[in-house]
Amino acid sequence: MSLTQATRVRGERLLKYIVSAPPFVFLLLFFLLPALIMVVASFRYPGEFGGLAPLFGDLPADEKGLTLENYKIFFSDFIYAQIFLKSIGVAALTTLICLVMAYPVALLIARSPKKSRDLMVLLCVLPFASNFLVRVYAWMIILGPFNLLFSRFAVIVGMVYVHLPFMILPLYTNLEKHDPTLLDAAQDLGANGWHRFWRVTFPMSLPGIFSGAVLVFIPVLGMFAIPEILGGKDDWLVGNMIKESFLGTRDWPFGSMLSMMLTIMVLIIAALSTAFAKRGMRRA
Amino acid sequence: MALLEIRNVTRRFDDFVAVDHVDFSVNAGEFFTLLGPSGCGKTTLLRMIAGFDQPDEGAIVLDGIDLKDTSPEKRPVHTVFQSYALFPHMTVEQNIAFPLKMAKQSEEEIRVKVKNALAQVALNDRATRYPHELSGGQRQRVALARGLINRPRLLLLDEPLGALDAKLREQMQIELIALQRDIGVTFIFVTHAQAEALALSHRIAVMNHGRIEQLDEPDKLYGAPKNRFVADFIGNVNMHEATVQSVSATLTLSLGKLGQIAAPMRAGVKVGDVGAFVIRPEQVSIRAASEASPDPNQFVGTVNDFLYIGDVTTYIVNLPDGERLEALLPNSAPGRAKFFELGDPVRVSWKAEAGAFLTA
Ligand SMILES: Nc1ncnc2c1ncn2[C@@H]1O[C@H](COP(=O)(O)OP(=O)(O)OP(=O)(O)O)[C@@H](O)[C@H]1O
Ligand SMILES: [Mg+2]
Repeated sequence: MSLTQATRVRGERLLKYIVSAPPFVFLLLFFLLPALIMVVASFRYPGEFGGLAPLFGDLPADEKGLTLENYKIFFSDFIYAQIFLKSIGVAALTTLICLVMAYPVALLIARSPKKSRDLMVLLCVLPFASNFLVRVYAWMIILGPFNLLFSRFAVIVGMVYVHLPFMILPLYTNLEKHDPTLLDAAQDLGANGWHRFWRVTFPMSLPGIFSGAVLVFIPVLGMFAIPEILGGKDDWLVGNMIKESFLGTRDWPFGSMLSMMLTIMVLIIAALSTAFAKRGMRRA
Repeated sequence: MALLEIRNVTRRFDDFVAVDHVDFSVNAGEFFTLLGPSGCGKTTLLRMIAGFDQPDEGAIVLDGIDLKDTSPEKRPVHTVFQSYALFPHMTVEQNIAFPLKMAKQSEEEIRVKVKNALAQVALNDRATRYPHELSGGQRQRVALARGLINRPRLLLLDEPLGALDAKLREQMQIELIALQRDIGVTFIFVTHAQAEALALSHRIAVMNHGRIEQLDEPDKLYGAPKNRFVADFIGNVNMHEATVQSVSATLTLSLGKLGQIAAPMRAGVKVGDVGAFVIRPEQVSIRAASEASPDPNQFVGTVNDFLYIGDVTTYIVNLPDGERLEALLPNSAPGRAKFFELGDPVRVSWKAEAGAFLTA
């Protein structure tokens, strides 16, 4: 390697560091650090008026230092696990409904003439132009007269409504890339419309389904505003518990513990589904 | 009875006539080629046979049955697309098994047939690979195997060798002929490469602007083209404006300032007809101007250029009237690639029965 080449390589490496440094520092400061604070907080005692109790000082032994108490509470009462399971159920159902509703829309857009596709995508994300809470309150007005408010149904409706675009967009991005001659080939080789969809279009869209599912499932799992506005007391999800711990009972360590459990659960589900999807996707 | 009849088929896109009153039939077991320049309507015709498009006029008849109301998936016709259109999420095996699955054959039947098909295209060791893990030639073979596996009455191939490099293309041509001969399925092959068409086909339909210019066996197309388009499109040809001077056992043509030549008789030609005299470069003899030639047609010119391509050298000779004539000389004497130098005076000549007079 010549000297100038070596200099250039070193220069390129330096440039790479310089370019990636700000986002790296940003993530370190505003993502990793708070996450670590949360981990530690979940092992501490609550302060008297919210916040955390001091680690050291002139306090009784069961009010300072680190403790497993928060986790013990979680595992001692089935109600917490129940709320987690309910949340997973709501998230899974929302994801499924979003998928079923988004698929025809995404397919329609992907198979429309190129000119009109951008407009249709724009229409899908247009609701984002108005405030999230306003849109959720709008559902109160819609569902109120039918006596459907404050129910699991209303929660699911709100969840689906808010997250539908997050399913449509990745699906559309995937479907749009499909080579239309593949469908011609399938038909030519004897596949009717049903088989063309289930044997060609659908399996090839699995990566899009996977991205869409992640983008819907995870936010729904942590969502608290929609159950609070549209749901009844019975429809509390993990997000509501966490929010209540911080802002209601002001038990920060307990809220941190719940957040930790949520994070761990999401990671487990993500790991499982990635392993599962990898098999399917390696082919696509 | 012919296997496939294309009966006076026309297809228009708005005002543009893509396929113009095309009429021909294909026999069972035949390797039939549609040859023509880009945009002449080959793919449009093929899509109508496969059922993806409908003729505006005329009919497409297979085994005596009009296919008008038969959808593509129901036609016993398969297509090998130029891009191969292999399913990217299926292995080689699964791709090849697809038509059998659609035909609801039993697992056992499918397993046996796929195994045989894989062996036939020498892909046994690639059965569980995905298309993106294959080379261009291997993908080509998968597409062929998939198209042939449930023995369609007709296999349509739309420029299937277009994406391959020259060497592989030649190899695939040989495999294609062997496969077609072994399996006996009728092929309709589309290409714009005339050498490929000549090498592969039993019969060739030369198309231009949506019409068939000539339909013949390869040697007839090359040896007796019906018009200038075909003469020019198939192989290399020398073309010179000519007028008929007299008609007897042979034609006497006037080549303008160049003088007169004798040419083979052609039915229906009258004195005074204007057209073109065409002759293939390999029919033209070339020797030093000082040597005599026994041929009745001969001119002296100078070597303007030559193209050495290994086995043969094409000499481009300037004739006295300023026109050019190509003459081809095989380089069979080793170490001797060049018989003449630029500017050398040479004598070009040909027999009275060589070449042809074309009015169209
Ligand atoms: N769907 C269509 N709409 C309008 N015009 C079309 C359509 N399909 C084909 N054409 C026109 O018909 C003509 C013939 O097209 P076709 O694809 O059959 O040509 P081809 O012989 O297959 O050419 P190539 O060798 O380039 O593939 C072209 O001029 C093309 O622009
Ligand atoms: Mg074409």
